[in-house]
Amino acid sequence: MSLLEVKDLQVRVEDREILHGLSLTVNKGEVHAIMGPNGSGKSTLSHVIAGKPGYEVTGGEILFNGEDLLDMAPDERAAKGVFLAFQYPVEIPGVVTMNFLRTAYNAQRKARGESELMAPEFLKKVREVAKRLSIPQDMLKRGVNVGFSGGEKKRNEILQMALFEPSLCILDEMDSGLDIDALRIAADGVNALRSPGRAMVVITHYQRLLNYIVPDFVHVMSRGKVVKSGGKELALELEASGYAQFDDAA
Amino acid sequence: MPAVQETVDRVRRIDVDQYRYGFETLIESDKAPKGLSEDIVRFISEKKNEPAWMLEWRLEAYRRWLTMTEPAWARVNYPKIDYQDLYYYSAPKPKKTLTSIDEIDPEILKTYEKLGIPLREVAVLEGVHGGEAESGSGYGRVAVDAVFDSVSVATTFKAELAKAGVLFMPISEAVQQHPDLVKKYLGSVVPISDNFFATLNSAVFSDGSFVYVPPGVRCPMELSTYFRINERNTGQFERTLIIADKGSYVSYLEGCTAPQRDENQLHAAVVELVALDDAEIKYSTVQNWYPGNSEGKGGIYNFVTKRGDCRGVNSKISWTQVETGSAITWKYPSCILRGDNSRGEFYSIAISNGYQQVDSGTKMLHLGKNTTSRIISKGIAAGKSQNTYRGLVTAHRKATGARNYTACDSLLIGDKCGAHTVPYVEAKNSSALFEHEATTSKISEDVLFYCTQRGLSQEEAVGLVVNGFVKDVLQQLPMEFAVEAQKLISISLEGSVG
Repeated sequence: MSLLEVKDLQVRVEDREILHGLSLTVNKGEVHAIMGPNGSGKSTLSHVIAGKPGYEVTGGEILFNGEDLLDMAPDERAAKGVFLAFQYPVEIPGVVTMNFLRTAYNAQRKARGESELMAPEFLKKVREVAKRLSIPQDMLKRGVNVGFSGGEKKRNEILQMALFEPSLCILDEMDSGLDIDALRIAADGVNALRSPGRAMVVITHYQRLLNYIVPDFVHVMSRGKVVKSGGKELALELEASGYAQFDDAA
Repeated sequence: MPAVQETVDRVRRIDVDQYRYGFETLIESDKAPKGLSEDIVRFISEKKNEPAWMLEWRLEAYRRWLTMTEPAWARVNYPKIDYQDLYYYSAPKPKKTLTSIDEIDPEILKTYEKLGIPLREVAVLEGVHGGEAESGSGYGRVAVDAVFDSVSVATTFKAELAKAGVLFMPISEAVQQHPDLVKKYLGSVVPISDNFFATLNSAVFSDGSFVYVPPGVRCPMELSTYFRINERNTGQFERTLIIADKGSYVSYLEGCTAPQRDENQLHAAVVELVALDDAEIKYSTVQNWYPGNSEGKGGIYNFVTKRGDCRGVNSKISWTQVETGSAITWKYPSCILRGDNSRGEFYSIAISNGYQQVDSGTKMLHLGKNTTSRIISKGIAAGKSQNTYRGLVTAHRKATGARNYTACDSLLIGDKCGAHTVPYVEAKNSSALFEHEATTSKISEDVLFYCTQRGLSQEEAVGLVVNGFVKDVLQQLPMEFAVEAQKLISISLEGSVG
């Protein structure tokens, strides 16, 4: 059984159809890159998998470990192991990052019927991961993403990814707003999480990111569909020839 | 369980005691006829066996009231109140005897559960016969303060207070036992003629609390729990008077986080605080009265006048309020900064949901030299509610060096509610320095999605965001109160999203 199966997915926002019958299969241990120009529906796909409100699924299905994902609320999906690293992580003033992490972590454990982790134990765990990602301790005492730089926000996303240990990680435009050093730290964090039990879907429109996070498969999206799939060399091909060639294929 | 039995006995004794203070003759008539007249005022005064001066005071207020009109400047709408269609005096109704916890309204039970109050305590709170006799061991400190401690207060705490010289009693008792103090201070902060609702209260107030802290005494405990039980039977027109004499300190907690369904729709309370030289009063409120149903029917009209007078030099008065209940809230706890170097503070969380209407804020009146004040207001509007902050900061001509800092933040949940900020600032002294900051924000879909993506439910997400928003004010509450308040905030915002 595949970890994620997207079958003939059709999605509307208000009156406009964004995805017109998209299919994608992701197995455990694989890293898939989804590339495509702005407006091709890459972010829509990530939002629909994670359950963001405002999208209407008019056809097709999404199975996660064989279960119907579209039937679940976003928090249920999170507890099942779906993690979306946001392109623009939100700020939550007054909510201390450490407190947020613990609340979310324990909410997920509770939903899975596991016991909640006590504060000292959790604190230790967070500190370890934070150190690996070069996240300063004082960042954990600040409001969630409040006053964080672009790089810090992305690292905070990867920190959560490392803590929650999801089986599916979707990284939405992780490279946007990052300089080359910040990108390297973030990519190292992601690579450390690659494992046979975990799959990743990396959404980007630049090949650059894929130099750091090397995918097993590359899919090209155009106008709401996957128009071409291949190995990692497809990304390099795209870099040379651009997306325009696929305009007619869609 | 002997300890519990003792507690239960104390509860019974207190009930009996309370009847002694003014309610004993009620067996023959437990209600004055509807409507308000001089005769009704006389009736109330007579029922309470008041001295002539007290009756005169009430009558003067009543005559004033006849000449006044109901204020209409607040941003609240409600049907016209027929003041002749209300009861102004009624005996506390004996609670219907319940024999099993199953007889309690399931909705109320649910709220207790969310507040973390164990069932056996609910049984006591709701007066289930026999429910008290069960074992009381192992209860959590916070919730239990609501009942059990208030009971023991009556004996042990009262003795401790007496030892410190602190007077703490129903105001009707103070009128009898300490007429000089009452005469001197009653109406000295909120005069008889102050405003329509305060004047009405002056004419017909039923009961309330009286506190006097003698010079140099730091009140050995928070005066709170006793008040709760003391308050249980006071009616809709409460009158509270707190005096902190020179160099003294007192912290007073008012309110109850248990759900309260009250038949009296109109509440018009008056609270007066007096702080003499170097004295400090901290007054905290958690208000969770019935807000009306989901269609906006019913609910309490809460028209309250609360005012503190920093009468002495270096005195300080601090108001902290968490307002989540009532259909209509009209309330402006204020400070008159009369003494030089005196300080006033106002920390407020006002939450409205459903069809609730809140018009609340404060007044900081700087009269003395080098007086300072601080206002932190957090308004949260959800559902179809309207939430207004209304504040006044003034500096008198002679208030050299007056300083004020005001921060008003509003948070909107959903797109059918409203938040309004109406600050008035008047400085008649050129050295005054007044700062005002205001923000309005919304809990966005994006924030909710972010939180739910990380595993929080919608309601947990709203609770988290809101608690972050109100953190500065929650920190001002005494510890055990803050925990209850935090839970209460989550409960009152239930159903505000989705």
